[in-house]
Amino acid sequence: MSAPRDAVLAVVVALAVVFQAVVFRFISIDGVVPNLALIVVVVAAIARGPEFGMITGFCAGLLTDLAPPADHLAGRWALALVLVGFLVGRVRQDARSSPLMAVAVVGAASFIGTSVFALSGVVLGDGALPIGSMLQVIVISVLWDLMLAPFAVPALLRLFDEARPGRLVR
Amino acid sequence: MARRISGRGPEQDRSRRMLGLFVLACLTLITLDARAGASSPLNPVRSGVGSVLGPVEDATATATRPFDQLAGMFRSNRSLRGDIATLTAENSRLRSEVATVPLDRKRLAEYDALSQTASETGYSLVAAHVIAVGPMQSFSRTVTIDAGTSSGVTKDMTVINNDGLVGRVVDATSSTATVLLIVDTTSVVGGRLGTNLEIGFVRGRGTLGDSGRLTLDLVDNAVEPSRGDVVVTWGSKDGVPYVAGIPIGVVESVVSSPLNSSRQAVVKPFADFTALDVVGVVVPNGTHGDRPVITAGGTP
Repeated sequence: MSAPRDAVLAVVVALAVVFQAVVFRFISIDGVVPNLALIVVVVAAIARGPEFGMITGFCAGLLTDLAPPADHLAGRWALALVLVGFLVGRVRQDARSSPLMAVAVVGAASFIGTSVFALSGVVLGDGALPIGSMLQVIVISVLWDLMLAPFAVPALLRLFDEARPGRLVR
Repeated sequence: MARRISGRGPEQDRSRRMLGLFVLACLTLITLDARAGASSPLNPVRSGVGSVLGPVEDATATATRPFDQLAGMFRSNRSLRGDIATLTAENSRLRSEVATVPLDRKRLAEYDALSQTASETGYSLVAAHVIAVGPMQSFSRTVTIDAGTSSGVTKDMTVINNDGLVGRVVDATSSTATVLLIVDTTSVVGGRLGTNLEIGFVRGRGTLGDSGRLTLDLVDNAVEPSRGDVVVTWGSKDGVPYVAGIPIGVVESVVSSPLNSSRQAVVKPFADFTALDVVGVVVPNGTHGDRPVITAGGTP
């Protein structure tokens, strides 16, 4: 992988983390915002497979864990997004078959990612809510991500495809 | 890799192995952060990331602030909005004044409380904007403010706004600080009932918005908090992390179960956590920083 391409992807991931904390707070529903970092990881995994998805997931998750407003144990979002990257990478052929499938995969990934994060909180006793409120948060966040997916997925997919290493020039 | 044969077998193996490695890495990180607590080796990394991303968040917030105001322009014209803002601010100031009157009266009645009331008017504030809000998906209620150590803001300082207590600073970089809101489930504030000075602990429930409530556990379970009682901070030694006498909220209902040894009161916080913008950080008197220090309680 070449350095400039990595830099572009790193900037995309950093912007996703910053935007979901700064810009999306104006449109949050009960504090739940679209999970842009998760969508970036999903698209990375669809574009280039589970390994790249896991690397992106680990980096994006770690950044979410460490970026300023975060106060939970570091590594929890990284774990959730690594799993998302792996699982989405496994179904990437299906996800590429139609735009509708890609949106559905985002929804499923959002549910899995947020649930893994919530469960890790329950296991570690770190900022866990009652199960009812957790489910409510997970449902709202899945709906948010489903709403954002039709716009974000094609744009990001094009970006990742163009930045693909070893891609033949047209 | 030498064994790169066409076919899916080895590739799948490789991605499985990678998954194992990454999961292990995450678990190691979580364990390190959880076991080491305050001396976590990740704290330097965290503040490093904070000092890089903090200014980025600040710049993004500044760049997007006009859009937020633009949304407001559609609802009503600028001058009306200005009037409303002024009136709302005055209203909440008067409300908090009224709310603390019973407490002040009680305090005055107590002989030694006079000096304390006098010292309470001496709080100094550093004003700051909320620039980023932690997503609810992380199940913790934290915000970033645009004042940091360069303005005299450090860890364990009280954060208030016009309406009442907001939270405390849990982490500070040079230009930004992370504030743990009192509605977070890990937040515990020492609270005092305004009418009878009984003390208790105010815990967050993790939700905000209209249903965002706090739970007050009184130390003395013979005391019955009544509806409408105002809860204020009782304060800690040297005002760390909470200074005394800041209104927290008002008792909305009282829940007492025979199983629980103590009574629980449901407290509605004064601060509106869905619309946080300008907040004040209580700093020690005589703090000098790169932004002006406001002296609170200017009214005699």
